[in-house]
Amino acid sequence: MLTIQCPHCGVQAEETELSPGGEAHLSRFGPGSEDQDFEAYLFFRENPKGVHFERWRHVHGCGKWFHAARCTVTMEVFGTYSAQTTEPPKALRDKISEKRPGWTWRDIA
Amino acid sequence: MSEPVTPLAGASFDGLVRVTETGPQGMIVLRCPEDATDAREAATAVTGTKDPALRRAAVSNGTGILWMSPDERLILVPRAKSASTVAEMQAKLAGQHALVADVSDARAIFRLEGDPLMVREVLAKLAPVDMRPDHFEVGEVRRTRLAQVAAAFWLEQEGTADLICFRSVARYVYDLLCTAAVNGSAVKHF
Ligand SMILES: [Zn+2]
Repeated sequence: MLTIQCPHCGVQAEETELSPGGEAHLSRFGPGSEDQDFEAYLFFRENPKGVHFERWRHVHGCGKWFHAARCTVTMEVFGTYSAQTTEPPKALRDKISEKRPGWTWRDIA
Repeated sequence: MSEPVTPLAGASFDGLVRVTETGPQGMIVLRCPEDATDAREAATAVTGTKDPALRRAAVSNGTGILWMSPDERLILVPRAKSASTVAEMQAKLAGQHALVADVSDARAIFRLEGDPLMVREVLAKLAPVDMRPDHFEVGEVRRTRLAQVAAAFWLEQEGTADLICFRSVARYVYDLLCTAAVNGSAVKHF
């Protein structure tokens, strides 16, 4: 069972109380962008075995969006953080490095 | 003005706990930025209670404020006063970035009463919430799901839980509660 703590209301929410929002930290490429960028934005996603960053919404709770970092193998949740950011906070990346030395995700390490 | 009618006309059921559709209950949504002092004060002025802390209920005798999210409160007042309360708050907050809306007719409210551990158990059967007495405290508001629909509940005291859901699913929620409370279905987990 996956439980994730919502950073807005503090509830340790069970997965069915949440709604998954897909991969975190995507840059939007819209009208006027290069075809390759647009294609990558629409279709190309990480599928890691290990550290992953995702968007979640506490849909049956406080209703807020947030980010979560977790391990896709063990379901360990490393932490959650604000939705209003373009990259995982340094403190969280350091914490993940302690637990998963040498991890990388896209161009983040 | 027409008389308020609750969706289930005050239905009640006796089982492991007593399930009652209470109400009519005045319910007012307040949405405003987290630091909107005027909006918070407008709410506390009409209820006479304090602004609840994170995930807390500040309610007594059907009047008070529930913490729903960082920028949302649900204000409980007597049903007959909801329209005038909304008007009063809207006048106070004119020109400010705040929403005050009367949702009394869009919600249903239930009460579970009985053995304190059995009240916890009936809710635990339906919601993904840790209902152990040392984990879910009296006065804590929990927005969650009840089987397939959204709901919010809080323990007014041990053995008394109040629960709010959308009016359109009132029958579904009532049937869920009654089924979870049917005699002979006690798990005695707590
Ligand atoms: Zn939340």
